Amino acid sequence: MTTFIIRRLLHGLVVLVLVTILIFFAMRLLPGDPLLIYLAQQSQQNLRDLPPEVLEQLRHEFGLDKPLPVQYANWLSGIFKGDLGDSFFYRQSVGKMLLDRFPVTVYLGILAMIVSIILGILSGMLAAIRRGKWVDNVVTPLTYIGVTIPIFWLGILMIYVFGLKLNLLPIAGFTSPFVDFGLSTKQLIMPVFCESIFGIASNARQMRSSMLEVIRQDYIRTAWSKGLKERVVISKHALKNSLIPVITLIGMGVSFIFGGSVLVETVFAIPGVGRLLVSSIFNHDYMVVQGITIIIALVVLLVNLIVDISYGWLDPRIRYG
Amino acid sequence: MVKKDQESTEKDTTVSGFAEAPPRVSERQRFQRVFFSRKIVMFGMVILVALVFTAIFANLLAPYDPYKPDMSSSLLPPNREHLLGTDIFGRDTLSRLIYGSRTALAVGFISVGIASVIGIVAGITAGYFGGITNIIIMRAIDTLMPFPMIVLALIVAGMLGGGIHNVIIALSIATIPPYTRVTHGLALSVKETDYILAQRSMGASHLRIMMNHILPNAFPPIIVLMTMMLGSLILAEAGLSFLGIGIEPPGAAWGAMVNDGYKYLQDHPILSFAPGLAIMLVVFAFNMVGDGLRDALDPRLRGLL
Repeated sequence: MTTFIIRRLLHGLVVLVLVTILIFFAMRLLPGDPLLIYLAQQSQQNLRDLPPEVLEQLRHEFGLDKPLPVQYANWLSGIFKGDLGDSFFYRQSVGKMLLDRFPVTVYLGILAMIVSIILGILSGMLAAIRRGKWVDNVVTPLTYIGVTIPIFWLGILMIYVFGLKLNLLPIAGFTSPFVDFGLSTKQLIMPVFCESIFGIASNARQMRSSMLEVIRQDYIRTAWSKGLKERVVISKHALKNSLIPVITLIGMGVSFIFGGSVLVETVFAIPGVGRLLVSSIFNHDYMVVQGITIIIALVVLLVNLIVDISYGWLDPRIRYG
Repeated sequence: MVKKDQESTEKDTTVSGFAEAPPRVSERQRFQRVFFSRKIVMFGMVILVALVFTAIFANLLAPYDPYKPDMSSSLLPPNREHLLGTDIFGRDTLSRLIYGSRTALAVGFISVGIASVIGIVAGITAGYFGGITNIIIMRAIDTLMPFPMIVLALIVAGMLGGGIHNVIIALSIATIPPYTRVTHGLALSVKETDYILAQRSMGASHLRIMMNHILPNAFPPIIVLMTMMLGSLILAEAGLSFLGIGIEPPGAAWGAMVNDGYKYLQDHPILSFAPGLAIMLVVFAFNMVGDGLRDALDPRLRGLL
């Protein structure tokens, strides 16, 4: 087990380094000079009129006149010191910008994760143990819709119904829960639901089929024949084994939630990294895009590492060779 | 002749009261029976056929020019002339919806084509040759894995400068890993089998073995994967065009139409609702057909794909 964890950590580290190389060089090889775009937006004048000295000076200021490998080395060593460079566009430290926005995305993401795990597992479990009954007949079609619906569109539908027509919820915006908890929660209901819908549905589907698989096993029949109550059979005997395939999905779910945050934050005007990523891409703001993607990749890698390791704890039958 | 004899002996055993032999069915019959038996799969199939038909004959089906602005009929509610109303530029929503099917299908099919070819070649090569080739290819794939699909596609397409070609490139890159994973595993398990060894001993080239003997094994999971991916790709394309990366105006894409309509949500919700429903139906159809194909081609893939 320990060797497995060490090997898995080393593998993760190698991938992380490759990810930094990919992000850095992809960003530079793709066309479009961010400084020119920035300057064009700043000065509102024709770029040909721009004195080359100004451009050179700016290049120097951001370290863009150095050779690419040197720029990469500087960026990488900066990451370890917690310095992600400066945004061309906002003229700010990327680290500071992300410090404001990441907590918003993470808060939203964790809530969405919790909702998708709890609702997904519960509804999948109910659908399995009441197979063919009304619960199943409601849950199963809903899960098909849940994995298909475009989340930005779901967001707009909800805004229309709950925001504009029923006037129940605020249609956009974000307030820190420390400032006004009530308003913050109200504003979060729709975004959290949109961000978690795919997770709820896919967890429920997986949970339903793995639960159906497990309750056919001999040891479950034994548990029934001992005269145990349904609650005990399901929660003490069937649940743990049917959770294993769902855990894999939860690992992937982190990736989906980050992906979803790009769309959800745009629809609901939430000041998180998802929306910043979109605007930074339009502004060709290298450093910000690099900073956000490297952190997303790091989190996804870490969660999947934890998921891999937790298999062994959940299912002692799994041995790592 | 020999086969017939066998059948008759089997019949004899049945008659004499032993366990009844299962009816003989060919692979194709079994496929047809399983695939066509589920109503929901057929429903998906009907939607897909209708979609392809709509995309091909868009110019005949669309009642109006989807691109030409007509300010005199701006933001009309649904009526007899414009069944789904018109947008801010007076363009018929239904016509734009019909033309949008071309964008969705083109992006979906071309990206699936590119990604599957690259992914399959990489996966089979890595699994078959092993060693350093394997490490290089699989590490490259691992490097793409930690990025959410839409984020990776957004970065590549955005940095390339948008446009439908760049969206296709971006989505192709973002969807390579699953094909590689599936074929890599298969190549690993197949290359040790006796019939591959036999091929080697007969002097078959590596290329021949990979193309003629390993690739066909990978067909069932790949067909299923491609169908499911079409759904995800159309969803991702819609997401990108919703964010403003994709087809340039005045081109019609469903995601962009949802975003355009969002501004007039209060009074003209249909502008956002209709294209979103189209996306959902199409993605639903691809998923259902993918499910049906999986169960019909190889039920063991359940849970894996």
